[in-house]
Amino acid sequence: MRHRSKDRALFQVLGYLYLGCLSLACLLPLWLIFSGSFSSEEDVIRHGYELLPRNLSVAGYKMMFEAPEAIILSMTVSVALTAVGVACGVFLTAMTAYVIQRRDFKYRNVISFYIYLTSVFTGGLVPWYIMMVNTFHMRNNFLALIIPLLFNVFYILIMKSFFRSIPDAIVESGKIDGAGEFTIFLKLVLPIAKPGLATISLFIALAYWNDWFSAMLFISRDNLIPLQLFLYNLVNKAEALNNLAGKTGIPMTELPKETVKLSMTVLVITPIMFVYPFVQRYVVSGVTLGAVKG
Amino acid sequence: MHSKSSLIREWTKNKVLFLMVLPAVLYYFLFSYLPLAGMVLAFKSYRFDSGIFGSPWAGLRNFEFFFKSGKAWLITSNTVVYNVAFIVSGLILQLLVAIVVAEAAGRYVKKFMQTTLLFPFFLSWVVVGSFVYNLFNYDFGSINGMLKYFGIGSVDFYGNTDYWEYILVFFNNWKYIGYNSLIYLAVIVSIDRSLFEAAEIDGASIFQRIRTITLPLMIPTIMILLLLSIGNIFRGNFDLFYQIIGNNGLLFDATDVIDTYVFRSLIHSQDIGMSAAAGLYQSALCFAIIMLSNFIVKKIQPDYSLF
Repeated sequence: MRHRSKDRALFQVLGYLYLGCLSLACLLPLWLIFSGSFSSEEDVIRHGYELLPRNLSVAGYKMMFEAPEAIILSMTVSVALTAVGVACGVFLTAMTAYVIQRRDFKYRNVISFYIYLTSVFTGGLVPWYIMMVNTFHMRNNFLALIIPLLFNVFYILIMKSFFRSIPDAIVESGKIDGAGEFTIFLKLVLPIAKPGLATISLFIALAYWNDWFSAMLFISRDNLIPLQLFLYNLVNKAEALNNLAGKTGIPMTELPKETVKLSMTVLVITPIMFVYPFVQRYVVSGVTLGAVKG
Repeated sequence: MHSKSSLIREWTKNKVLFLMVLPAVLYYFLFSYLPLAGMVLAFKSYRFDSGIFGSPWAGLRNFEFFFKSGKAWLITSNTVVYNVAFIVSGLILQLLVAIVVAEAAGRYVKKFMQTTLLFPFFLSWVVVGSFVYNLFNYDFGSINGMLKYFGIGSVDFYGNTDYWEYILVFFNNWKYIGYNSLIYLAVIVSIDRSLFEAAEIDGASIFQRIRTITLPLMIPTIMILLLLSIGNIFRGNFDLFYQIIGNNGLLFDATDVIDTYVFRSLIHSQDIGMSAAAGLYQSALCFAIIMLSNFIVKKIQPDYSLF
């Protein structure tokens, strides 16, 4: 007995040590960004980013609020993008998944295959890009941000396995009451599927909020740049910083170049931090749902 | 003729269901199947005025150009080697997290671990790129700050290919460890508790229990996830590589993958025929390996096969 509890203790010590190191590794980059964003520019230039700011300063944040128009515009684009994307994406995903899991729909397997095949064999980036630009005229078009993430085979699979768990009797009872297929889907099936909808809403919202690739490919006009691309430009392109400086009227030499990048990063992370505690559990349920393929 | 009439019968019977699935069918036709046809670009010399299908044929010249550039082998092996490193390191780290959390952790520790490890999954790759800049920047980077503090000189990370393999593997794990360990955790939780109790009565230590009960019962899941990731072994994670490495040409030999190469040839050098050829080469490799891995999955556990 004593031997076994010694093993248990050893396991606990090693296990907690491991988990502790991982937690630290996960949180440290975040902490350095926060600490850096509240440091003064001189300290950053002289000593680099540190665990704790030597002199507290909010110059980076102040500068963002000197000329907030561009940032507010980007935020509006991102919010609109996420709202429209989630509304359309969730509805269309649910509707598609519902039809291809209906056992009395004869062509469900043909259509499922037609959809799954696209995840196995793709034409690649190049023809897709050329067609998006030349055939569908997506350059500087809001739709160019919506379309690439609208459907996703994985989310269709999650919804499909969710709908499978709803008893057929519910659809039957709707039919007996004389309701049409679409009404049954909208009024009877969707309300029961709320937990599944919540899960894919979260995944889709995250995909739209965090997307920068479509914007980088198709958007060059300032009034359509989402927050992620705005941050990317600020960190990677000197001219984005110059633009911001020009708008605030602060001379380039006095610009808190490094801290403003960090402040902007914090600003992009903040909304996620606020919703994270409330939505975390939906990821967990999504993983369990996705693991059992219907 | 027969199939046609049955299609019509089905249509009159399930008209609404057809209409409900129509948006998806149209979407995939326009944005997946049309571009699939557009792959002929790889055999054409593209002209903006004549479009994909009107441009003159180029035979295999695009492929010749791609394979003779000397990059084909480099980017293919980089893609595969990085993916193997991600898969192996990910598997070990995630399994360990799941086992430790399931076996040792109390409720609050479990909750705390899930919260901290899952958070990176919610952040965009742009933010990750900003972290990397913040950590490895030559003048102000935190790592160099620390090295200086300990009296070691600064390291020019951005001018040296030696470190990026590790940095990329680190951040790939950083982003996905919480999410993927959830899958393994779900499997461990579903194991019948009485097996553990029986082992305990028989005097098995915790390490023996993990080795003889937990791990063997997880093997099917591990195999499936492994095979699924092997199916994607020729696909580079564009977000990861582009946000961390960007357009830093000094690092390309060690860090260029097929996806970043195709992207750069398309956007920066406007070499459309050649980038389409490289893309088609990648699609063909992906297709072959997915068919192979799916075939194996089907043999082992038909429920988990993709089709």
